[in-house]
Amino acid sequence: MLSFETLSKTYADGTQALSAVTLDVAQGEILALVGGSGCGKTTLLRLIAGLDRPSAGRILLDGEAIAEPRADVGVIFQEPRLFPWLSVAENVGFGLSHLSAFEREGLVTNALVRVGLGGHDRRWPRELSGGQQQRVAIARALVTRPKLLLMDEPFSALDATTRASLHGHLLALWGESRPTVVMVTHDVEEAVTLADRIVVMQPKPGRVFDAFDNPLARPRDRLSPAFEAAKREILRSLDRSLRDEAPHQQKAAETAGMWW
Amino acid sequence: MSALGIETAADEQGGPARPRPRRAGVALAGFALPVVLAVLWEIAVRSGFANGRLMPPPSVVGATLWSLAASGELFTHAAATLWRVAAGFALGAAAGTLLGAVTGALPVARGLIDPTLQALRAIPSIAWVPLFILWLGIFEASKVALIAVGVFFPVYLGVAAAIQGIDRKIVEVGRVFRLGRLAMARRVLLPAILPAWITALRSGLGLGFMFVVAAEIMGASEGLGYLLVDGQQLGRPDTIIAAIISFAVLGKLADGLLVALTRPVLAWQDTARDKL
Repeated sequence: MLSFETLSKTYADGTQALSAVTLDVAQGEILALVGGSGCGKTTLLRLIAGLDRPSAGRILLDGEAIAEPRADVGVIFQEPRLFPWLSVAENVGFGLSHLSAFEREGLVTNALVRVGLGGHDRRWPRELSGGQQQRVAIARALVTRPKLLLMDEPFSALDATTRASLHGHLLALWGESRPTVVMVTHDVEEAVTLADRIVVMQPKPGRVFDAFDNPLARPRDRLSPAFEAAKREILRSLDRSLRDEAPHQQKAAETAGMWW
Repeated sequence: MSALGIETAADEQGGPARPRPRRAGVALAGFALPVVLAVLWEIAVRSGFANGRLMPPPSVVGATLWSLAASGELFTHAAATLWRVAAGFALGAAAGTLLGAVTGALPVARGLIDPTLQALRAIPSIAWVPLFILWLGIFEASKVALIAVGVFFPVYLGVAAAIQGIDRKIVEVGRVFRLGRLAMARRVLLPAILPAWITALRSGLGLGFMFVVAAEIMGASEGLGYLLVDGQQLGRPDTIIAAIISFAVLGKLADGLLVALTRPVLAWQDTARDKL
Protein backbone atom coordinates (compact mmCIF):
# COMPACT_ATOMS: atom_id res chain seq x y z
CA MET A 1 0.00 0.00 0.00
CA LEU A 2 2.79 2.33 1.03
CA SER A 3 6.29 1.67 -0.16
CA PHE A 4 9.63 3.45 -0.03
CA GLU A 5 12.07 2.83 -2.86
CA THR A 6 15.71 3.59 -2.00
CA LEU A 7 14.58 6.75 -0.32
CA SER A 8 17.28 9.30 0.55
CA LYS A 9 17.16 12.76 1.99
CA THR A 10 20.13 15.10 2.26
CA TYR A 11 19.49 18.52 3.77
CA ALA A 12 20.91 21.72 2.33
CA ASP A 13 23.64 21.80 5.00
CA GLY A 14 24.92 18.40 3.82
CA THR A 15 23.46 16.29 6.63
CA GLN A 16 22.38 12.97 5.25
CA ALA A 17 19.18 12.29 7.16
CA LEU A 18 18.09 9.20 5.23
CA SER A 19 20.04 6.84 3.07
CA ALA A 20 18.48 4.31 0.71
CA VAL A 21 15.50 3.30 2.84
CA THR A 22 13.44 0.58 1.22
CA LEU A 23 10.36 -0.63 3.04
CA ASP A 24 6.80 -1.78 2.41
CA VAL A 25 3.83 -1.10 4.64
CA ALA A 26 0.72 -3.25 4.24
CA GLN A 27 -2.87 -2.01 4.12
CA GLY A 28 -4.28 -1.53 7.61
CA GLU A 29 -0.95 -2.14 9.30
CA ILE A 30 0.35 -0.12 12.25
CA LEU A 31 4.04 0.41 11.72
CA ALA A 32 6.23 1.93 14.43
CA LEU A 33 9.58 3.52 13.67
CA VAL A 34 11.98 3.55 16.60
CA GLY A 35 15.59 4.61 16.79
CA GLY A 36 18.12 6.87 18.40
CA SER A 37 18.08 10.58 17.78
CA GLY A 38 19.16 11.63 14.31
CA CYS A 39 18.14 8.35 12.71
CA GLY A 40 15.82 10.17 10.33
CA LYS A 41 12.52 8.86 11.60
CA THR A 42 10.87 12.27 11.69
CA THR A 43 12.41 13.10 8.30
CA LEU A 44 10.86 9.92 6.91
CA LEU A 45 7.46 10.89 8.27
CA ARG A 46 7.72 14.39 6.81
CA LEU A 47 8.54 12.90 3.42
CA ILE A 48 5.49 10.64 3.55
CA ALA A 49 3.35 13.62 4.57
CA GLY A 50 4.60 15.49 1.50
CA LEU A 51 5.97 18.32 3.66
CA ASP A 52 9.51 17.71 2.37
CA ARG A 53 10.80 16.30 -0.90
CA PRO A 54 13.15 13.31 -1.05
CA SER A 55 16.61 13.87 -2.53
CA ALA A 56 16.51 10.50 -4.24
CA GLY A 57 14.16 7.56 -4.47
CA ARG A 58 10.41 7.83 -4.06
CA ILE A 59 7.43 7.03 -1.90
CA LEU A 60 4.49 5.29 -3.47
CA LEU A 61 1.03 5.36 -1.94
CA ASP A 62 -1.20 2.90 -3.82
CA GLY A 63 1.20 3.15 -6.72
CA GLU A 64 1.20 6.95 -6.82
CA ALA A 65 4.32 8.93 -5.97
CA ILE A 66 3.88 11.40 -3.10
CA ALA A 67 5.10 14.91 -3.91
CA GLU A 68 2.83 17.07 -1.79
CA PRO A 69 0.33 16.72 1.08
CA ARG A 70 -2.63 14.57 0.15
CA ALA A 71 -6.25 14.65 1.23
CA ASP A 72 -6.26 10.98 2.20
CA VAL A 73 -3.23 11.26 4.49
CA GLY A 74 -3.76 12.52 8.04
CA VAL A 75 -0.94 13.83 10.22
CA ILE A 76 -0.69 14.09 14.00
CA PHE A 77 2.33 16.04 15.18
CA GLN A 78 4.32 15.86 18.35
CA GLU A 79 2.51 18.97 19.60
CA PRO A 80 -1.26 19.38 19.20
CA ARG A 81 -0.75 22.35 16.83
CA LEU A 82 -4.34 23.50 17.21
CA PHE A 83 -5.36 26.87 15.84
CA PRO A 84 -5.78 28.99 18.98
CA TRP A 85 -8.30 31.30 17.30
CA LEU A 86 -10.69 28.47 16.46
CA SER A 87 -12.96 26.68 18.91
CA VAL A 88 -12.43 22.97 19.51
CA ALA A 89 -15.18 22.10 17.03
CA GLU A 90 -13.83 24.47 14.37
CA ASN A 91 -10.37 22.97 14.81
CA VAL A 92 -11.69 19.46 14.27
CA GLY A 93 -13.70 20.61 11.25
CA PHE A 94 -10.76 22.50 9.72
CA GLY A 95 -10.24 19.96 6.94
CA LEU A 96 -13.95 19.66 6.17
CA SER A 97 -14.58 23.11 4.73
CA HIS A 98 -15.82 21.57 1.49
CA LEU A 99 -18.82 20.07 3.31
CA SER A 100 -22.04 21.84 4.27
CA ALA A 101 -22.21 23.22 7.80
CA PHE A 102 -24.76 20.59 8.73
CA GLU A 103 -22.69 17.63 7.52
CA ARG A 104 -19.57 19.08 9.08
CA GLU A 105 -21.23 19.54 12.44
CA GLY A 106 -22.40 15.93 12.48
CA LEU A 107 -18.94 14.55 11.71
CA VAL A 108 -17.22 16.86 14.18
CA THR A 109 -19.58 16.09 17.05
CA ASN A 110 -19.18 12.40 16.37
CA ALA A 111 -15.37 12.65 16.22
CA LEU A 112 -15.22 14.58 19.49
CA VAL A 113 -17.40 12.04 21.25
CA ARG A 114 -15.13 9.26 20.05
CA VAL A 115 -12.02 10.86 21.55
CA GLY A 116 -13.92 11.42 24.80
CA LEU A 117 -14.40 15.16 24.40
CA GLY A 118 -18.14 15.29 23.72
CA GLY A 119 -19.61 18.61 24.88
CA HIS A 120 -16.31 20.49 24.59
CA ASP A 121 -17.18 21.77 21.09
CA ARG A 122 -17.34 25.45 21.91
CA ARG A 123 -14.31 25.75 24.17
CA TRP A 124 -11.04 27.37 23.16
CA PRO A 125 -7.95 25.16 22.85
CA ARG A 126 -6.24 27.11 25.64
CA GLU A 127 -8.92 25.94 28.06
CA LEU A 128 -7.96 22.30 27.53
CA SER A 129 -5.16 20.32 29.15
CA GLY A 130 -2.28 18.99 27.05
CA GLY A 131 -3.84 15.54 26.79
CA GLN A 132 -7.20 16.96 25.76
CA GLN A 133 -5.56 19.15 23.13
CA GLN A 134 -3.76 16.15 21.67
CA ARG A 135 -7.07 14.29 21.54
CA VAL A 136 -8.55 17.21 19.57
CA ALA A 137 -5.60 16.86 17.19
CA ILE A 138 -6.33 13.15 16.83
CA ALA A 139 -9.98 13.92 16.10
CA ARG A 140 -8.93 16.55 13.54
CA ALA A 141 -6.71 14.06 11.73
CA LEU A 142 -9.24 11.22 11.79
CA VAL A 143 -12.43 13.11 10.98
CA THR A 144 -11.46 13.26 7.30
CA ARG A 145 -11.22 9.45 7.28
CA PRO A 146 -7.66 9.25 5.93
CA LYS A 147 -6.48 5.93 4.57
CA LEU A 148 -3.01 6.66 5.90
CA LEU A 149 -2.36 8.20 9.30
CA LEU A 150 1.06 9.56 10.24
CA MET A 151 2.02 10.23 13.83
CA ASP A 152 5.23 11.90 14.98
CA GLU A 153 5.78 11.00 18.64
CA PRO A 154 2.22 12.13 19.34
CA PHE A 155 2.20 11.16 23.00
CA SER A 156 5.75 11.98 24.02
CA ALA A 157 4.86 15.19 25.85
CA LEU A 158 2.19 13.56 27.98
CA ASP A 159 2.32 11.83 31.35
CA ALA A 160 2.16 8.03 31.52
CA THR A 161 -1.49 7.78 32.57
CA THR A 162 -2.75 10.15 29.89
CA ARG A 163 -0.59 8.36 27.35
CA ALA A 164 -2.02 4.95 28.25
CA SER A 165 -5.59 6.24 27.95
CA LEU A 166 -4.81 7.84 24.58
CA HIS A 167 -3.34 4.54 23.36
CA GLY A 168 -6.72 2.98 24.15
CA HIS A 169 -8.62 5.73 22.32
CA LEU A 170 -6.34 5.48 19.33
CA LEU A 171 -6.67 1.70 19.00
CA ALA A 172 -10.44 1.95 19.29
CA LEU A 173 -10.55 4.58 16.54
CA TRP A 174 -8.16 2.61 14.38
CA GLY A 175 -10.39 -0.46 14.82
CA GLU A 176 -13.33 1.38 13.26
CA SER A 177 -11.90 2.19 9.85
CA ARG A 178 -8.52 0.42 9.97
CA PRO A 179 -6.38 3.04 8.28
CA THR A 180 -2.73 2.28 7.69
CA VAL A 181 -0.69 3.93 10.43
CA VAL A 182 2.97 4.93 10.43
CA MET A 183 4.11 6.23 13.78
CA VAL A 184 7.40 7.51 15.05
CA THR A 185 8.24 6.97 18.69
CA HIS A 186 11.23 6.76 20.96
CA ASP A 187 9.22 4.76 23.47
CA VAL A 188 9.69 1.03 22.85
CA GLU A 189 6.84 0.14 25.17
CA GLU A 190 4.52 2.37 23.14
CA ALA A 191 5.70 0.70 19.95
CA VAL A 192 5.05 -2.79 21.34
CA THR A 193 1.65 -1.70 22.66
CA LEU A 194 0.39 -0.28 19.38
CA ALA A 195 2.29 -1.62 16.40
CA ASP A 196 1.98 -4.70 14.23
CA ARG A 197 5.51 -4.21 13.03
CA ILE A 198 8.40 -2.33 14.56
CA VAL A 199 11.23 -0.98 12.45
CA VAL A 200 14.45 -0.09 14.23
CA MET A 201 16.38 2.66 12.48
CA GLN A 202 20.04 3.49 12.74
CA PRO A 203 21.49 6.99 12.72
CA LYS A 204 24.13 8.76 10.63
CA PRO A 205 22.94 8.35 7.97
CA GLY A 206 19.38 7.26 8.83
CA ARG A 207 18.56 3.80 7.53
CA VAL A 208 16.66 0.66 8.44
CA PHE A 209 18.58 -1.50 10.90
CA ASP A 210 16.10 -4.24 11.70
CA ALA A 211 12.38 -5.01 11.63
CA PHE A 212 10.23 -7.06 14.00
CA ASP A 213 6.78 -8.52 13.55
CA ASN A 214 4.88 -8.08 16.77
CA PRO A 215 3.74 -11.58 17.83
CA LEU A 216 1.31 -10.32 20.49
CA ALA A 217 -2.42 -10.42 19.88
CA ARG A 218 -4.59 -7.43 20.81
CA PRO A 219 -5.55 -6.40 23.42
CA ARG A 220 -2.02 -6.49 24.77
CA ASP A 221 -1.17 -6.88 28.40
CA ARG A 222 1.77 -4.65 29.25
CA LEU A 223 2.59 -6.80 32.28
CA SER A 224 2.71 -10.16 30.53
CA PRO A 225 6.06 -11.95 30.11
CA ALA A 226 5.57 -12.08 26.33
CA PHE A 227 5.21 -8.28 26.23
CA GLU A 228 8.38 -7.92 28.29
CA ALA A 229 10.22 -10.31 25.99
CA ALA A 230 9.18 -8.44 22.86
CA LYS A 231 10.18 -5.17 24.45
CA ARG A 232 13.56 -6.53 25.49
CA GLU A 233 14.28 -7.90 22.04
CA ILE A 234 13.69 -4.50 20.48
CA LEU A 235 15.71 -2.70 23.14
CA ARG A 236 18.62 -5.05 22.42
CA SER A 237 18.35 -4.32 18.73
CA LEU A 238 18.28 -0.59 19.47
CA ASP A 239 21.43 -0.94 21.53
CA ARG A 240 23.17 -2.75 18.73
CA SER A 241 22.04 -0.14 16.19
CA LEU A 242 23.69 2.59 18.24
CA ARG A 243 26.87 0.65 18.98
CA ASP A 244 27.54 -0.22 15.37
CA GLU A 245 30.32 2.16 14.42
CA ALA A 246 31.22 0.85 10.97
CA PRO A 247 29.14 3.33 8.96
CA HIS A 248 30.91 6.24 10.67
CA GLN A 249 34.28 5.06 9.43
CA GLN A 250 32.87 4.46 6.02
CA LYS A 251 31.49 7.98 5.93
CA ALA A 252 34.79 9.41 7.14
CA ALA A 253 36.58 7.58 4.35
CA GLU A 254 34.12 8.96 1.82
CA THR A 255 34.59 12.54 2.91
CA ALA A 256 38.38 12.07 3.08
CA GLY A 257 38.37 10.90 -0.49
CA MET A 258 36.37 13.93 -1.54
CA TRP A 259 38.40 16.58 0.17
CA TRP A 260 39.35 18.22 -3.10
CA MET B 1 -8.76 11.78 32.06
CA SER B 2 -11.48 12.81 34.48
CA ALA B 3 -8.81 14.46 36.60
CA LEU B 4 -7.94 16.69 33.65
CA GLY B 5 -11.59 17.54 33.16
CA ILE B 6 -11.95 18.63 36.76
CA GLU B 7 -8.91 20.85 36.54
CA THR B 8 -10.21 22.86 33.58
CA ALA B 9 -13.75 23.02 34.96
CA ALA B 10 -12.40 24.58 38.15
CA ASP B 11 -10.45 27.09 36.08
CA GLU B 12 -13.55 28.10 34.27
CA GLN B 13 -15.58 28.62 37.42
CA GLY B 14 -12.89 30.64 39.10
CA GLY B 15 -11.92 32.65 36.04
CA PRO B 16 -14.64 35.13 35.10
CA ALA B 17 -16.23 35.48 38.54
CA ARG B 18 -13.25 36.69 40.56
CA PRO B 19 -11.60 39.65 38.79
CA ARG B 20 -14.71 41.83 38.53
CA PRO B 21 -14.91 43.38 42.02
CA ARG B 22 -11.14 43.57 42.27
CA ARG B 23 -10.90 45.38 38.93
CA ALA B 24 -13.45 47.98 40.02
CA GLY B 25 -11.54 48.48 43.25
CA VAL B 26 -8.26 48.99 41.40
CA ALA B 27 -9.88 51.49 39.04
CA LEU B 28 -11.24 53.48 41.97
CA ALA B 29 -7.88 53.37 43.72
CA GLY B 30 -6.35 54.90 40.63
CA PHE B 31 -8.63 57.93 41.00
CA ALA B 32 -7.58 58.58 44.59
CA LEU B 33 -4.29 60.39 43.93
CA PRO B 34 -5.46 62.89 41.27
CA VAL B 35 -8.70 63.63 43.14
CA VAL B 36 -6.88 64.25 46.44
CA LEU B 37 -4.32 66.49 44.71
CA ALA B 38 -7.07 68.45 42.96
CA VAL B 39 -9.03 68.96 46.16
CA LEU B 40 -5.89 70.05 48.06
CA TRP B 41 -5.03 72.56 45.31
CA GLU B 42 -8.57 73.91 45.29
CA ILE B 43 -8.40 74.41 49.06
CA ALA B 44 -4.95 76.00 48.84
CA VAL B 45 -6.08 78.54 46.24
CA ARG B 46 -9.39 79.37 47.95
CA SER B 47 -7.79 79.87 51.34
CA GLY B 48 -5.17 82.16 49.84
CA PHE B 49 -2.08 79.97 50.36
CA ALA B 50 -1.47 80.03 46.60
CA ASN B 51 -2.71 82.51 44.04
CA GLY B 52 -3.49 80.00 41.28
CA ARG B 53 -2.75 82.36 38.42
CA LEU B 54 -0.29 80.03 36.61
CA MET B 55 -1.93 76.84 37.86
CA PRO B 56 -5.66 77.49 38.05
CA PRO B 57 -7.69 75.39 40.52
CA PRO B 58 -10.01 72.62 39.20
CA SER B 59 -13.10 74.79 39.56
CA VAL B 60 -11.69 77.43 37.18
CA VAL B 61 -10.60 74.80 34.65
CA GLY B 62 -14.01 73.19 34.90
CA ALA B 63 -15.73 76.52 34.31
CA THR B 64 -13.53 77.20 31.27
CA LEU B 65 -14.28 73.76 29.85
CA TRP B 66 -17.95 74.34 30.44
CA SER B 67 -17.99 77.73 28.72
CA LEU B 68 -15.99 76.36 25.79
CA ALA B 69 -18.45 73.51 25.48
CA ALA B 70 -21.48 75.78 25.89
CA SER B 71 -20.32 78.12 23.13
CA GLY B 72 -19.76 75.17 20.82
CA GLU B 73 -16.11 76.13 20.43
CA LEU B 74 -14.85 72.97 22.13
CA PHE B 75 -16.70 70.76 19.66
CA THR B 76 -15.41 72.68 16.65
CA HIS B 77 -11.84 72.25 17.89
CA ALA B 78 -12.32 68.63 18.92
CA ALA B 79 -13.93 67.80 15.59
CA ALA B 80 -11.06 69.42 13.65
CA THR B 81 -8.49 67.48 15.67
CA LEU B 82 -10.39 64.20 15.39
CA TRP B 83 -10.77 64.60 11.65
CA ARG B 84 -7.02 65.11 11.22
CA VAL B 85 -6.18 62.13 13.42
CA ALA B 86 -8.71 59.95 11.63
CA ALA B 87 -7.43 60.88 8.17
CA GLY B 88 -3.77 60.55 9.14
CA PHE B 89 -4.41 57.30 11.00
CA ALA B 90 -6.28 55.80 8.06
CA LEU B 91 -3.50 56.69 5.62
CA GLY B 92 -0.63 55.71 7.92
CA ALA B 93 -2.24 52.47 9.09
CA ALA B 94 -3.12 51.41 5.54
CA ALA B 95 0.38 52.13 4.23
CA GLY B 96 2.02 50.53 7.28
CA THR B 97 -0.09 47.41 7.01
CA LEU B 98 0.51 47.06 3.29
CA LEU B 99 4.27 47.60 3.38
CA GLY B 100 4.61 45.60 6.58
CA ALA B 101 2.81 42.69 4.94
CA VAL B 102 4.95 42.88 1.82
CA THR B 103 8.29 43.08 3.62
CA GLY B 104 7.20 40.51 6.18
CA ALA B 105 6.16 37.98 3.58
CA LEU B 106 8.72 38.49 0.82
CA PRO B 107 12.42 38.37 1.73
CA VAL B 108 13.27 40.14 -1.53
CA ALA B 109 11.04 43.08 -0.67
CA ARG B 110 12.47 43.12 2.84
CA GLY B 111 16.00 43.41 1.48
CA LEU B 112 14.96 46.19 -0.89
CA ILE B 113 12.63 48.32 1.20
CA ASP B 114 13.30 47.69 4.85
CA PRO B 115 16.73 49.36 5.15
CA THR B 116 15.39 52.58 3.63
CA LEU B 117 12.38 52.61 5.91
CA GLN B 118 14.56 51.91 8.93
CA ALA B 119 16.75 54.86 7.94
CA LEU B 120 13.71 57.12 7.53
CA ARG B 121 12.48 55.95 10.91
CA ALA B 122 15.61 57.38 12.51
CA ILE B 123 14.51 60.88 11.47
CA PRO B 124 12.51 62.62 14.21
CA SER B 125 9.16 62.96 12.48
CA ILE B 126 8.77 66.64 13.42
CA ALA B 127 11.77 67.32 11.19
CA TRP B 128 9.52 66.64 8.21
CA VAL B 129 7.26 69.58 9.00
CA PRO B 130 9.07 72.29 6.99
CA LEU B 131 9.28 69.99 4.00
CA PHE B 132 5.64 68.95 4.24
CA ILE B 133 4.62 72.61 4.46
CA LEU B 134 6.63 73.42 1.33
CA TRP B 135 5.23 70.43 -0.53
CA LEU B 136 1.66 70.33 0.72
CA GLY B 137 0.91 73.85 1.86
CA ILE B 138 0.07 75.15 5.29
CA PHE B 139 -3.44 73.74 5.49
CA GLU B 140 -4.80 70.27 6.16
CA ALA B 141 -2.70 68.16 3.81
CA SER B 142 0.61 68.81 5.54
CA LYS B 143 -0.88 68.11 8.97
CA VAL B 144 -2.50 64.87 7.85
CA ALA B 145 0.77 63.82 6.20
CA LEU B 146 2.73 64.37 9.42
CA ILE B 147 0.23 62.33 11.43
CA ALA B 148 0.30 59.59 8.78
CA VAL B 149 4.10 59.40 9.09
CA GLY B 150 3.78 59.08 12.85
CA VAL B 151 1.20 56.30 12.57
CA PHE B 152 3.02 54.49 9.78
CA PHE B 153 6.12 53.27 11.58
CA PRO B 154 4.68 51.43 14.56
CA VAL B 155 2.11 49.76 12.30
CA TYR B 156 4.75 48.84 9.72
CA LEU B 157 7.13 47.39 12.28
CA GLY B 158 4.36 45.55 14.11
CA VAL B 159 2.92 43.91 11.00
CA ALA B 160 6.31 42.95 9.54
CA ALA B 161 7.45 41.43 12.83
CA ALA B 162 4.15 39.59 13.26
CA ILE B 163 4.38 38.02 9.82
CA GLN B 164 7.97 36.95 10.32
CA GLY B 165 7.03 35.58 13.70
CA ILE B 166 4.21 33.32 12.48
CA ASP B 167 4.72 29.83 13.85
CA ARG B 168 6.04 27.57 11.07
CA LYS B 169 4.42 24.62 12.80
CA ILE B 170 0.94 25.99 12.48
CA VAL B 171 1.51 26.90 8.83
CA GLU B 172 2.49 23.27 8.30
CA VAL B 173 -0.92 22.19 9.55
CA GLY B 174 -2.38 24.40 6.84
CA ARG B 175 -0.16 22.65 4.30
CA VAL B 176 -1.25 19.22 5.54
CA PHE B 177 -4.84 20.29 4.88
CA ARG B 178 -3.73 21.43 1.43
CA LEU B 179 -4.75 25.07 1.69
CA GLY B 180 -4.05 27.16 -1.40
CA ARG B 181 -2.27 30.51 -1.12
CA LEU B 182 -5.46 32.46 -0.62
CA ALA B 183 -7.02 30.05 1.84
CA MET B 184 -3.74 29.89 3.75
CA ALA B 185 -3.69 33.69 4.05
CA ARG B 186 -7.32 33.91 5.08
CA ARG B 187 -7.59 30.93 7.40
CA VAL B 188 -4.10 30.77 8.96
CA LEU B 189 -1.86 33.79 8.37
CA LEU B 190 -4.41 36.54 8.94
CA PRO B 191 -5.79 35.22 12.22
CA ALA B 192 -2.25 34.50 13.38
CA ILE B 193 -1.10 38.11 13.00
CA LEU B 194 -4.36 39.72 14.13
CA PRO B 195 -3.41 40.32 17.79
CA ALA B 196 -0.05 41.86 16.89
CA TRP B 197 -1.69 43.95 14.17
CA ILE B 198 -4.22 45.39 16.59
CA THR B 199 -1.52 46.16 19.14
CA ALA B 200 0.40 47.95 16.37
CA LEU B 201 -2.69 49.92 15.41
CA ARG B 202 -3.15 50.99 19.02
CA SER B 203 0.37 52.30 19.37
CA GLY B 204 -0.04 53.97 15.97
CA LEU B 205 -3.19 55.69 17.17
CA GLY B 206 -1.37 56.91 20.27
CA LEU B 207 1.37 58.40 18.11
CA GLY B 208 -1.30 59.92 15.86
CA PHE B 209 -2.58 61.96 18.80
CA MET B 210 0.98 62.96 19.64
CA PHE B 211 1.60 64.25 16.15
CA VAL B 212 -1.67 66.08 15.79
CA VAL B 213 -0.59 68.26 18.71
CA ALA B 214 2.71 68.99 17.00
CA ALA B 215 0.98 69.75 13.71
CA GLU B 216 -1.58 72.04 15.28
CA ILE B 217 0.91 73.89 17.45
CA MET B 218 2.91 74.75 14.35
CA GLY B 219 0.09 76.57 12.72
CA ALA B 220 -3.64 76.03 12.70
CA SER B 221 -6.75 78.15 13.03
CA GLU B 222 -8.74 75.48 14.81
CA GLY B 223 -8.18 72.25 16.68
CA LEU B 224 -7.32 71.44 20.26
CA GLY B 225 -3.65 72.15 19.51
CA TYR B 226 -4.64 75.61 18.38
CA LEU B 227 -6.45 76.03 21.69
CA LEU B 228 -3.16 75.26 23.45
CA VAL B 229 -1.30 77.97 21.55
CA ASP B 230 -4.19 80.39 21.97
CA GLY B 231 -4.15 79.88 25.74
CA GLN B 232 -0.44 80.47 25.82
CA GLN B 233 -0.61 83.68 23.82
CA LEU B 234 -3.52 85.07 25.82
CA GLY B 235 -1.95 84.03 29.10
CA ARG B 236 -4.85 81.70 29.94
CA PRO B 237 -3.48 78.54 31.62
CA ASP B 238 -7.05 77.39 32.25
CA THR B 239 -7.64 77.17 28.48
CA ILE B 240 -4.41 75.21 28.05
CA ILE B 241 -5.35 72.74 30.76
CA ALA B 242 -8.87 72.43 29.34
CA ALA B 243 -7.33 71.55 25.96
CA ILE B 244 -4.94 69.05 27.58
CA ILE B 245 -7.82 67.36 29.37
CA SER B 246 -9.79 67.21 26.10
CA PHE B 247 -6.81 65.56 24.40
CA ALA B 248 -6.57 62.99 27.15
CA VAL B 249 -10.27 62.20 26.99
CA LEU B 250 -10.33 61.97 23.18
CA GLY B 251 -7.23 59.77 23.09
CA LYS B 252 -8.60 57.42 25.68
CA LEU B 253 -11.99 57.26 23.95
CA ALA B 254 -10.42 56.54 20.56
CA ASP B 255 -8.26 53.77 22.04
CA GLY B 256 -11.26 52.38 23.89
CA LEU B 257 -13.26 52.36 20.67
CA LEU B 258 -10.48 50.47 18.87
CA VAL B 259 -10.29 47.92 21.70
CA ALA B 260 -14.07 47.51 21.81
CA LEU B 261 -14.30 47.07 18.03
CA THR B 262 -11.58 44.41 18.00
CA ARG B 263 -12.59 42.57 21.16
CA PRO B 264 -14.87 40.05 19.42
CA VAL B 265 -12.14 38.86 17.03
CA LEU B 266 -9.66 38.39 19.85
CA ALA B 267 -11.95 36.52 22.23
CA TRP B 268 -9.72 33.45 21.90
CA GLN B 269 -6.67 35.14 23.33
CA ASP B 270 -5.18 33.97 26.55
CA THR B 271 -3.69 37.28 27.62
CA ALA B 272 -5.52 39.42 30.12
CA ARG B 273 -6.77 42.16 27.82
CA ASP B 274 -8.44 43.86 30.74
CA LYS B 275 -5.19 45.32 31.91
CA LEU B 276 -4.48 47.01 28.57
